[in-house]
Amino acid sequence: MNTIYILWLRELKRYSRSKSRIIGSLGQPILFLVALGYGLGSVFQRAGEGNYFQFLAPGIIGMSIIFTAIFSGIQMIWDRQFGFLKETLVAPVHRITIMLGRTLGGATVATLQGLLVLVIVLAFGFRPYSWALIPVAILFMLLVALLFAALGAMVASLLDDMQGFQLIMNFLVMPLFFLSGALFPLQGLPSALDVVVRFDPLSYGIDAFRILLANVGAFGLGMDFAVLASVAAIFLVLSSWFFSKIQI
Amino acid sequence: MDNIIHVRNLTKTFGDIAAVKDISFDVKKGEIFAFLGPNGAGKSTTIKMLTTVLRPTSGDILLAGHDAAKDPDDVRRAFGIVFQDPSTDDDLTAYENMDLHGILYGLSSALRKERIRTLLEFVELWDRKDSLVKEFSGGMKRRLEIARGLLHHPSVIFLDEPTLGLDPQTRNHMWSYLEDLNKKEGITVFFTTHYMEEAERIAQRIAIIDHGTIVASGTAAELKANTGKDSLEDAFLELTGHAIREEEVSGTDRMRARSRMWHGGRR
Ligand SMILES: Nc1ncnc2c1ncn2[C@@H]1O[C@H](COP(=O)(O)OP(=O)(O)O)[C@@H](O)[C@H]1O
Ligand SMILES: [Mg+2]
Repeated sequence: MNTIYILWLRELKRYSRSKSRIIGSLGQPILFLVALGYGLGSVFQRAGEGNYFQFLAPGIIGMSIIFTAIFSGIQMIWDRQFGFLKETLVAPVHRITIMLGRTLGGATVATLQGLLVLVIVLAFGFRPYSWALIPVAILFMLLVALLFAALGAMVASLLDDMQGFQLIMNFLVMPLFFLSGALFPLQGLPSALDVVVRFDPLSYGIDAFRILLANVGAFGLGMDFAVLASVAAIFLVLSSWFFSKIQI
Repeated sequence: MDNIIHVRNLTKTFGDIAAVKDISFDVKKGEIFAFLGPNGAGKSTTIKMLTTVLRPTSGDILLAGHDAAKDPDDVRRAFGIVFQDPSTDDDLTAYENMDLHGILYGLSSALRKERIRTLLEFVELWDRKDSLVKEFSGGMKRRLEIARGLLHHPSVIFLDEPTLGLDPQTRNHMWSYLEDLNKKEGITVFFTTHYMEEAERIAQRIAIIDHGTIVASGTAAELKANTGKDSLEDAFLELTGHAIREEEVSGTDRMRARSRMWHGGRR
């Protein structure tokens, strides 16, 4: 228990100490909000889909969560390269607790980042459907963060150099983001894209955010929860398994 | 049981590179024991297997009476380690690095407080306890790692090339501390080096390792007597057929050598 706590705390300390990382990672969501939210807003409206900014905001929250969560998992590659990982691997504790502490920490950090973006979209004029549902939305944010932090950690357990990092960004994170419903509505998609979207776990996270924050959605909250929770559980088990096999 | 480390027929191959080939040796409780060998001899690979982070291809390791393959956690509690490459968290302070270690090893909060202070004072880092480790020099990081490796009072401390890149004062200071600890607390010290004089001056017993095999072991005096030479250099040359430094130097080592030059250290 203490092991999980101290490794969770380590992630939070590292996050709070890298002010430039926090500020830098807010630039991208703001850019998307401004360029897409305002740029495509009128087209969206003319197509009869309503206010695009209201629609986009939950997607951008999802974007910041998936990026931060996967990145925090991937940071294990750095820890391996720069040595700290060894310190935890020689400790007389179960590797699963090491993995859980790191992943919960990464998920917490990603959720905080999502909350920051929520505050930003509120400042830009986003109006949530119901303030009372915000706490529920935060729980879903945590679940999405956990899922992708575990995914990042799993990938990091399998890679041992930084070259892999760019590959992951291009072939994992970007598709996961662009092929979720973050930027477009899920109704009336071409059937091939519809299938792909349904295989992207982020779609269910964004759908849940949108239901809770903007009262529009495609899959229903129950379905979203079921998919997110089971995929998160699978990734946690897999990442723990691969992590337990790491050798130096 | 007076052998704290017991190794039989230990082998590690990476693909078709045999890094460690069928080595067997024992280290007595309370001994200062050195692996002396050139770069690429298999020293780090052996230490990684002894410290449970690398699985042997074959062979047996017993440490403090526990089997490394079967009871890794018991083995882990018994040793402390300073790896060849730094393993501190640069984004945490010195104190936080120590505290994290104490928690991983299940020390109570009171015990951590007391021991961290004693150890950090000893390695002369107490006044820098709240500085981030990334602000530390190589020597300070090494001292912190030694303090950290001793925090849970292990019965063996492994040090993989602990003095590489350290200036002579830090090196002497470090060894006098460890020798003192060895005398007073009976802690077993297992270190690797490719410095002849360090092995000869510090270690009570030396194993000469070359191309993954132990070619000879004994006290420095025995190694010299058995080869009929009067310096360890000559004994080494006789046993391995080459001088210790003529091997190709690894990339990390070359970088270290360069950084030593920049920092005006002498070697
Ligand atoms: N992970 C690895 N994969 C492949 N070869 C390795 C690996 N680790 C070490 N080696 C090789 O094993 C040999 C012994 O290396 P090492 O134990 O690091 O030597 P030393 O510590 O004595 O300098 C070297 O030839 C090295 O290149
Ligand atoms: Mg080495």
